Amino acid sequence: MGAPDTPQQILDPKKRYQAGVLKYAQMGYWDADYEPKDTDVLAVFRITPQEGVDPIEAAAAVAGESSTATWTVVWTDRLTASEQYRAKAYRIDPVPGQEGQYFCWVAYDLDLFEEGSIANLTASIIGNVFSFKPLKAARLEDMRLPVAYVKTFRGPPTGIVVERERLEKYGRPLLGATMKPKLGLSGKNYGRVVYEALRGGLDFTKDDENINSQSFMHWRDRFLYCMEGVNQAAAQTGEIKGHYLNITAGTMEEMYRRAEFARDLGSCVVMIDLVIGWTAIQSISNWCRDNDMILHMHRAGHGTYTRQKNHGVSFRVIAKWLRLAGVDHLHAGTAVGKLEGDPMTVQGFYNVCRDTCTKQDLPRGLFFDQDWASTKKVMPVASGGIHAGQMHQLLDLFGDEVVLQFGGGTIGHPMGIQAGAQANRVALETMVLARNEGRDILNEGPQILADAAKWCQPLRAALDTWGDITFNYTSTDTSDFVPTASVA
Amino acid sequence: MRITQGCFSFLPDLSDSQIGAQISYCLNQGWAVALEYTDDPHPRNIYWSMWGLPMFDLADPAGVMQELQACREANPDHYIRVNAFDSTKGWETVRMSFIVQRPADEPGFRLVRQETGGRNLRYTLESYAVSAGTEGARYAS
Repeated sequence: MGAPDTPQQILDPKKRYQAGVLKYAQMGYWDADYEPKDTDVLAVFRITPQEGVDPIEAAAAVAGESSTATWTVVWTDRLTASEQYRAKAYRIDPVPGQEGQYFCWVAYDLDLFEEGSIANLTASIIGNVFSFKPLKAARLEDMRLPVAYVKTFRGPPTGIVVERERLEKYGRPLLGATMKPKLGLSGKNYGRVVYEALRGGLDFTKDDENINSQSFMHWRDRFLYCMEGVNQAAAQTGEIKGHYLNITAGTMEEMYRRAEFARDLGSCVVMIDLVIGWTAIQSISNWCRDNDMILHMHRAGHGTYTRQKNHGVSFRVIAKWLRLAGVDHLHAGTAVGKLEGDPMTVQGFYNVCRDTCTKQDLPRGLFFDQDWASTKKVMPVASGGIHAGQMHQLLDLFGDEVVLQFGGGTIGHPMGIQAGAQANRVALETMVLARNEGRDILNEGPQILADAAKWCQPLRAALDTWGDITFNYTSTDTSDFVPTASVA
Repeated sequence: MRITQGCFSFLPDLSDSQIGAQISYCLNQGWAVALEYTDDPHPRNIYWSMWGLPMFDLADPAGVMQELQACREANPDHYIRVNAFDSTKGWETVRMSFIVQRPADEPGFRLVRQETGGRNLRYTLESYAVSAGTEGARYAS
């Protein structure tokens, strides 16, 4: 589509390379006839051109600014195979129901990207195009990473399958909780909460994103007391337990020191925050591979660029990058909890984490087929404002391969933390049993929970306390792309 | 104590009809069901004794229930678990595992703390039953 006077690529080299300024489309960054190669990196951007800017020229500019272009013609292009290195915008579609916004599809030659480097990939794709003046806003909606590129990454150090084999836990979601209050407890008191929650029935407990090494609790104290809690709970239940020790720190050297201490204490898992950056993530992922460690990723900060759908980067893209960069756990939303998340959009994130081959699914925001080429699966984590009374919804939405984290829903239980953990575990096992028996848990769920609460007093108390709590707000990040949308 | 390994240890012990329903679920998923037993339920004891091979190509849960009955009679005081194995590409692992028999008395585990440098500790779990008895005689009633 586009205005009939859309500029075409200038093929005559003399005109093309005459000093001066050309349209990006004239420079060769728009090619409606381009057929993407299997080895191309593909991206879909949602762009909002400024008033009067032709959407095709805007799409060409996105392709140009995220690959080889600058604002003016340069003769040095002629020293290279520049035609191959130019990204090509090859398709635009108006966003259904969003006037002035367009999905633009861009293909990049594989040679533009260094193998095994998310930092390099992102420096191109989101390097400077998001500040480009002719666009009011831009969002990277999705990417297709070709198998040839996927294979240059090591992926998750552990993956869902090996994690479950190490834990010897199968057939149900894992249960976790984030320690609260997230800041302020001493190491000894903090370890108490860890112990109580694991002893009561959880599989994992978790540091929060902003607990590192503060005056009230230095990191070594936290690690020592948490591992006492983990091992004490393991002895009393006969189960393998873990606590995500947050090793996020100011430098890589310090992160490695903390990781090594966690390993020496026998921890099975360490945790990092997304804010440490892509290079640090890939480095610590390598360390985890070498040390048999599960790597938990807390997506701290992502909401600053993932939530508003006209500008930023969709979380489904972040999830793809993180699967390649190599994390084992990834917070991917709850749909029913306190934090942003349209159910279908969130399911799309889960698919990206867990699929062997992700299929195009526009209502879930997935624009491309994505072959993961045996890259290990990432365990998604549902955390934030969920409670036992939602167990049927959570199991129905996300299935077994997920960590369900009930922080407040464990620690805030009126009968204590162990009772809170027990309530969650009983609710979970009851619901899995009922689902496997063929019952319609989505509709019968509340009754199934009520029946279990007859013999499990902590579950009764949990349902009485939180049973009616919901967070029914309109989601901001929903798919606009209806399957019947017209194609350019 | 009650060892809470497996899928359903927080629920009251499953009846045979409940066990059969779970096995049906596994078979409907295309998973191969297997029985394993042990009297060393240490959480890192991965390799319980196999009661025969995984029952490939089985359609009727009654076949598993017969084997379970035989396993129980031969090992009345052992832990027995049902495992379901998925050979699908990308999984190729156990997809479900739950305990279907346990000893009447479960003495549990001792947490051994070896004090090393500084305030560091090395932790080890030791089974009271394994420490007290030889294989096959650990949970005799």
